[in-house]
Amino acid sequence: MERKIRVLVAKPGLDGHDRGAKVVARALRDAGMEVIYTGLHQTPEQVAEAALQEDVHVVGLSILSGAHMTLVPRIRALLDERQLRDVLLLVGGIIPADEAAELKSKGYAAGVFTPGEPLDAIINFIRAQASPAEV
Amino acid sequence: MGEEDFTLKIREEQQLWREQQEQQQERPEPFTTVSGEPVNDLYTPADIAGLDYLKDLGFPGCYPYTRGVQSNMYRGRLWTMRQFSGFGDAFDSNRRYRYLLEQGQTGLSVAFDMPTIMGYDSDHPRALGEVGRCGVAIDSLADMEILFDRIPLDQITTSMTINGPAAILWCIYLANAEKQGVPLEKVGGTIQNDILKEYIAQKSWIFPPEPSMRLITDIFAFAARRVPRWNTVSISGYHIREAGSTAVQELAFTLADGFAYVEAGIKAGLDVDTFAPRLSFFFNAHLDFFEEICKYRAARRIWARRMKERYGARDPRSWMLRFHTQTAGCSLTAQEPENNIVRTTLEALAAVMGGTQSLHTNSMDEVLALPTEKAVKIALRTQQIIAYESGVANTIDPLAGSYFVEALTGRMEAAAEDYFRRIEELGGVLAAIDCGFFQQEIADAAYSYQQAVDRGERVVVGMNRFAGGELPQIELLRIDPAVERKQVERLQALREKRDAIAVAGSLERLKKAAAGPENLVPYILEAVKLYATEGEIVAALKEVFGEYREKPLF
Repeated sequence: MERKIRVLVAKPGLDGHDRGAKVVARALRDAGMEVIYTGLHQTPEQVAEAALQEDVHVVGLSILSGAHMTLVPRIRALLDERQLRDVLLLVGGIIPADEAAELKSKGYAAGVFTPGEPLDAIINFIRAQASPAEV
Repeated sequence: MGEEDFTLKIREEQQLWREQQEQQQERPEPFTTVSGEPVNDLYTPADIAGLDYLKDLGFPGCYPYTRGVQSNMYRGRLWTMRQFSGFGDAFDSNRRYRYLLEQGQTGLSVAFDMPTIMGYDSDHPRALGEVGRCGVAIDSLADMEILFDRIPLDQITTSMTINGPAAILWCIYLANAEKQGVPLEKVGGTIQNDILKEYIAQKSWIFPPEPSMRLITDIFAFAARRVPRWNTVSISGYHIREAGSTAVQELAFTLADGFAYVEAGIKAGLDVDTFAPRLSFFFNAHLDFFEEICKYRAARRIWARRMKERYGARDPRSWMLRFHTQTAGCSLTAQEPENNIVRTTLEALAAVMGGTQSLHTNSMDEVLALPTEKAVKIALRTQQIIAYESGVANTIDPLAGSYFVEALTGRMEAAAEDYFRRIEELGGVLAAIDCGFFQQEIADAAYSYQQAVDRGERVVVGMNRFAGGELPQIELLRIDPAVERKQVERLQALREKRDAIAVAGSLERLKKAAAGPENLVPYILEAVKLYATEGEIVAALKEVFGEYREKPLF
């Protein structure tokens, strides 16, 4: 039997806007993935550690405080340190287009999703990019 | 013909009329409000058959205030145009405030950055990357002095969006006013200070509920004695709505929070009329024009009745629900952001037709970043055009008597009353928070809404219908990464310069007082005047109060 895709939905940083994180978590669960939600106000270390402990294929970060250019590279580095290079790192939130492009081109995030993105786009992206068979 | 006969006759005639119309086809979209409430094709006197004008509506400035809290409403004074603003450091934000005042803004509203909101100093490891990003960084009285430089605090009122550490930022503001030579009795403004909605929706909490409620009642008592022009809580539905609630949930949960503060004040031994007149409210203005107007009207009526009948308030000012409104950030689209100007106009118009006391209009670019000066100017101009050009401020509560508006106002009131019963059955607001009731209701509503958008049932122009597919090309505000470093340097220089022994002593006295029953405001005021930082005061209180943790659910 094929393993289910396991996703960690995480809220790093200090902002408490969890509407997006919760809606996405639920959509991924309804799409048949196993979803773990960290809850709010996580440090980058806590997020990376949870990704390791939960043995996930995907980490989805939600950041609406403007701290993405600090937090995303940091979390990518902490995942890599834990030998989690294959874990797909995605980001959602209020992220200007040029910064989204920079996060992707520098390899910090595999995908960046901003307001107005349909839930299906996120689900399809994960299905295409994260195959648990390869992990 | 008696009223009942009249209603029956209308219903009969309406039935006949409907039978004749049955052949006509309707558009496929569901006819519901943005909250999913069904809306009929037509409303008639039969839909408001039970409405008693004098009892249910009355006159503006009179109980139950359905038509507005002032007797002359905008014919006397327009609403306060108050743009929520703050970014970078105190110097950056002071420049923006002075710009807004020059453009005709009539009140200030401070947005703090996340470290300030969460009670961390700018040099705390948890503040890394967040300093000055989504609001202004304020660590101590030294920053507040810069923030209000050349802004006279006896002539302007200031609203501060701060909750967990509200008592501290309030004391810093008061200390600064005193330094400007303004006596506390003359200082006016608002602190949001609404911790219940933090647990419910906005999620910027610090301490657990019990000590948080104690800080709030301490503020009630101190303000009643010393700062009588201050609004001590801005009971907020805004964030509940932004987190995804429906309009009825926003109405019901916000008022339930309001009742909880009143009950806490009474329980702390205060006479309800000493603090209730300084409670104010803060609502969202979403896109559904009539639903929003009815929400504000229902809110005033519910509050007045409860305050008078259940809590025995005798001062009419305790019965009046005064409110600030902000247009709905969550209604804005990143696609074709200029369309947001139109959305904001409709929302602002609903707030004005609903009788708001003050208003923030979102800037078109706030879905992408903090607003540029140009975008915020258009947002302010939107209010000025409504106020001075549209004519809607000429008469009071102009939609009263509309069959639809009165029927929907009544229906929303009844739906809110249902929620109050459910919350009471759960054991009150704190117990309902503890079992995740509000959080789950809001998460469910948010998910249903997103699904309706994704299915195209809920049309969002330029996003899921009539989409041009072009990415926005507008100028965005950038926060200079040097802001964080400079703020940290200033903070560390302050720590070197101040009287460290005096600061440590004031923090010790605060901790001791926190462990006992005394009012904490004078202790906090003493510490901030010695330039104790916000983070130091929060850390001292955490030692006594502990920290709140939420069970994550989705």
